[in-house]
Parts: sequence; structure tokens; C-alpha cells
Amino acid sequence: MSIKLTIIDQMQQVAREHGKTLAPLDDDLALLDSGLDSLGIAVLVARLEDRLGVDPFTASEEMQFPVTVGDFVKAYENAAAPAHR
Amino acid sequence: MPLRRHIANAHADQCLFDRAGQVRVAALASATSLHGSLGDLRGRSVLIATASQLTSALALIELDGVARRLTILPPDVDRAHLPALIADADIDAVVFDGGAPQEGFSHVPVRIACASSLVPLDDGRFDEVRTEWVLLTSGTTGVPKMVVHNLAGLTAAIAPQPQTGPETESMVWATFYDIRRYGGLQIFLRAILGGASLVLSSAEEPVADHLLRLSRHGVTHLSGTPSHWRRALMSPEIGKIAPRYVRLSGEIADQAVLDHLRTAFPHAAIGHAYASTEAGVGFAVNDGLAGFPAAYLEGVRGGVEMKVVDGSLRIRSPGAASHYAGAHGGELLDADGFVDTGDMVERRGDRYFFAGRKGGIINIGGLKVHPEEVEAVINRHPQVRMSLVRPKRSPLTGSIVIADVVLKSSCKRAEDEPTIKNDILQLCRDALPRHKVPAAISFVPALAVASTGKLARRG
Repeated sequence: MSIKLTIIDQMQQVAREHGKTLAPLDDDLALLDSGLDSLGIAVLVARLEDRLGVDPFTASEEMQFPVTVGDFVKAYENAAAPAHR
Repeated sequence: MPLRRHIANAHADQCLFDRAGQVRVAALASATSLHGSLGDLRGRSVLIATASQLTSALALIELDGVARRLTILPPDVDRAHLPALIADADIDAVVFDGGAPQEGFSHVPVRIACASSLVPLDDGRFDEVRTEWVLLTSGTTGVPKMVVHNLAGLTAAIAPQPQTGPETESMVWATFYDIRRYGGLQIFLRAILGGASLVLSSAEEPVADHLLRLSRHGVTHLSGTPSHWRRALMSPEIGKIAPRYVRLSGEIADQAVLDHLRTAFPHAAIGHAYASTEAGVGFAVNDGLAGFPAAYLEGVRGGVEMKVVDGSLRIRSPGAASHYAGAHGGELLDADGFVDTGDMVERRGDRYFFAGRKGGIINIGGLKVHPEEVEAVINRHPQVRMSLVRPKRSPLTGSIVIADVVLKSSCKRAEDEPTIKNDILQLCRDALPRHKVPAAISFVPALAVASTGKLARRG
């Protein structure tokens, strides 16, 4: 599964667990308008670390948290090990 | 009455056992472990700094009523704190074993060797003094606090027992604790005052070997923390022991560990006690249920009064310590003589449940989570042996809850793990608000248990 698909799959999973409905996802959608609130996104980041072995947001102090879904996916693609590309 | 007088009529079978050997308690009436130096310790402030629990036990029996103050050094105290402890407790004598005192005692004027091989005691008669007993707290950072008790307070929760009779002669106490900590010391005093033998633990001993040793000595009364017990329940040798009384203290006893013990020991009385080094023994619960009846907060029970202030349990008790020795303590009692235990409780129906430590709280975007309340839910899963809930940094909410889980040995199949993980998460979602549900669960082979017998929680 590509990184992007893994992320979308996990977003749907977390949304289901938290009783939320996801908005139609596209790259320009603001992450906080996706239907996940900040707790949901925090859980998503922890789950993705479990799946992808990387957490691009807590690894570095200066990291800007992504505003859009596209930025979010890109952060993982940039941080992922070559095997995941 | 000093401990030495309690053992004056000890029956011949009452022994202290450790991994290496045994000492008959009655022998201390006419012999000494302090090799002729008992008189040199009279009226002094003595640090018991032996390597073995057995020699510590012997020194305590011999020196209560003789020394002015007995400070008990647990084995895991950072040696860097010794100068501060020695100064704060006015220590002018140290008791050691194993041939030479450990480093850090060169400035103490009197240094006395103690050994489990006894020598005849010339004259054991002294003017008895009221000895202060000083116990160290097990805080994670800084100099441990020195908590001042006396024997009357330390034994306040121990019901007087007949020293003879078939019931006591067949009674063998043991504890997973080190007796140099409050929980273990309670069991040591219970055994000595009750005329029972005591089987001491050893930090280096594998759990299976320890259980076999308990079995060989026919242990009837066994105490430990819930973490000690969970570790013991993981050993196949648990089936070799059949205690009549099982006691838990020192950590929150959740329903799962009580139920597991009930299954393992269907005929035993199972009780969980609440105690702290400062507050002493608060109460024991013997109905097999987690938490304690709300009625315990009404009136005075066995001399103990309790109240809840800002969610934290406060205790006023004849078993409480009087003060901290030295400069590192602060006030131990509030203006009304209550100890604030720092243990948070929550009322549900007609029972109170422990929610965790004040200050041990995880903050999830402003919402509070006690790790222990989440662990109690996870531990309900039938395949779970124990769990540790901890915070993980999160860019959005400050922290997030994650869990490390040890599964029972009966389900070590890797292909079952995703199912179990989902089941645990479902259990948490059904029982907890969503900020308390772990964001991730890792299965780990074991969790660290500190030398205090409690689950090691990182800063």
C-alpha cells in the first residue's frame, strides 16, 4: 500500500472509532476540516508511526505542523524510508 | 515493648529464612548477631546498612530499645545521597555485613559488623529506650525523605495475636517486598509479633526459584504489590504454593489481578491493604473487590480517620509517621494531623476507587488522564497479564496516551496479536472517554518493576 493510501485508510479508521465523518479528501483540504479534530489527528499520527515506523512531527523541534492534507501526506513521504517509496 | 522482649518466648520453630540459610528467632534471647558490640550502639543513631535482609532483620530485633534511632537503608538508594542522609539523621554508627562496610561510611565514628552466625551474648540487659525508626521514601529524584516512626505506630495495624497454639505454629509469612521498605517491614513485624516464621526475598533470585523456596517452607501468608503478584502469576511454579492468605499493597489492586489471584488460589483469603510510608496502614479490604467501601470515610475505624480533599485521600492515624528527619522533608502532617497521601480517589456508587497519583497525570490537550485508570481497563482483557500506560509527545495535544502490554504466556501466537489489540481498544472505547483510549498499543515481553515492587514509571 502506498504511503498516501495507508494514511487515508488510517484516517478512515480513526474517524470510525471516534464517531466522525470524513470530508471528501483532497490535497488542498485543511487538515482540521477533514472531520478529525486535534485529538483524532494526534491519534492518527501515533497510529501512522506504528504502521510506517516514522513520526515526522515530533522528530524535530522546529517542524511546522502541516495545514493541508497534501502537506500532511508529503511530510510522511519525505520522512519515510526508501522501501516505502 | 521493644522487639527483643516480644521474642523472649519465641517457640523453637520460629525462624527467619533467606536464600542462604536460616536463624532461629529464639536464639537471639541469649546470642547476638552484632558480635559483642551491642553495648557500643546503646543510645546511638544507627544506620542499618547491611547487604542482606536477614542481617538487617537481626539488627532491628536486637537494636530496638537499645539504639536511640534506627535508620533503615534500602538496597537501591543512590550512594551519592549518603552524606546528606547521615547528616540529616545525626547518624553516629553504622551496622554492616559481609566483612567490610561499603563506601561512604568512613566518617561515621562507630562501625559494627553484623552476621547471621550468632555469638553468645554476655549481658543483654539494658535500660530500654524508646527507639525512633526511620524509613526512607522511594521518590524517583533527589534525596529520599526520612520518615520518622516508632514501633508502636509501625505495629498499630497489627492485631494482637496469641504467641502460641497450633494456628501460629503452622503460620509461615513471606513477602515479595524487601523488608527495608514500609510494605515489607509490616510483614516482618507481623511475623515477629505473631510468632511466625518469615521467608525473606532476594532481589537476584529468579521468580520460579523464589516460588519453589516458598513452597519448600510451606508458606501460608504471602504479601506483595500487584506487580509482584502479576509477575508471580506468569510463572508456572505459581501452582506449587498454596497460601491461606494473599495480601496486596503498595499499588492499586485492580479487579483483574484480584480475580486472577482468586482463580489461582480458590481457597485463600485475599485482601488488599492501603498503606504508605508516611500515613502507615490505612485499611485492608477483604471482599475481593477493587476499591474500598465509601463507608470507610465515616467515623474512626481501628483508630484511622480518612477524608478526601480535592480528590486526594488524607489519613489521620496512630500508625502515621510523626515528622521528616532533617532538612529535606517539609511538613508531614497538615494542621489537623492528617497526612495527604497524594493518592487520588474517585467515588462511584458506594465505593471509592484509586485513580492514580497526584502529579502522575497525563495531560491530553487540557484533559486529564490517570495512567492507572486506563491500565485497569486494559488489564480486564482475559489475555492481558499487565500493562503500562504512558504519555507520548504529540504536536497537537501536548501528549497522547499509549500503552505497553504484556500478554499471558498462554497466548504467545503472533498471528493473534492484531485481534487482541483490537479487542483491547474496543474494551477501552466502551469504558473510557475517547481521550483516554490509547492511541497505540505495543506488546512487550515484560515491564520493569522497580526494587520497591512497583511498576517502574518513567519521569
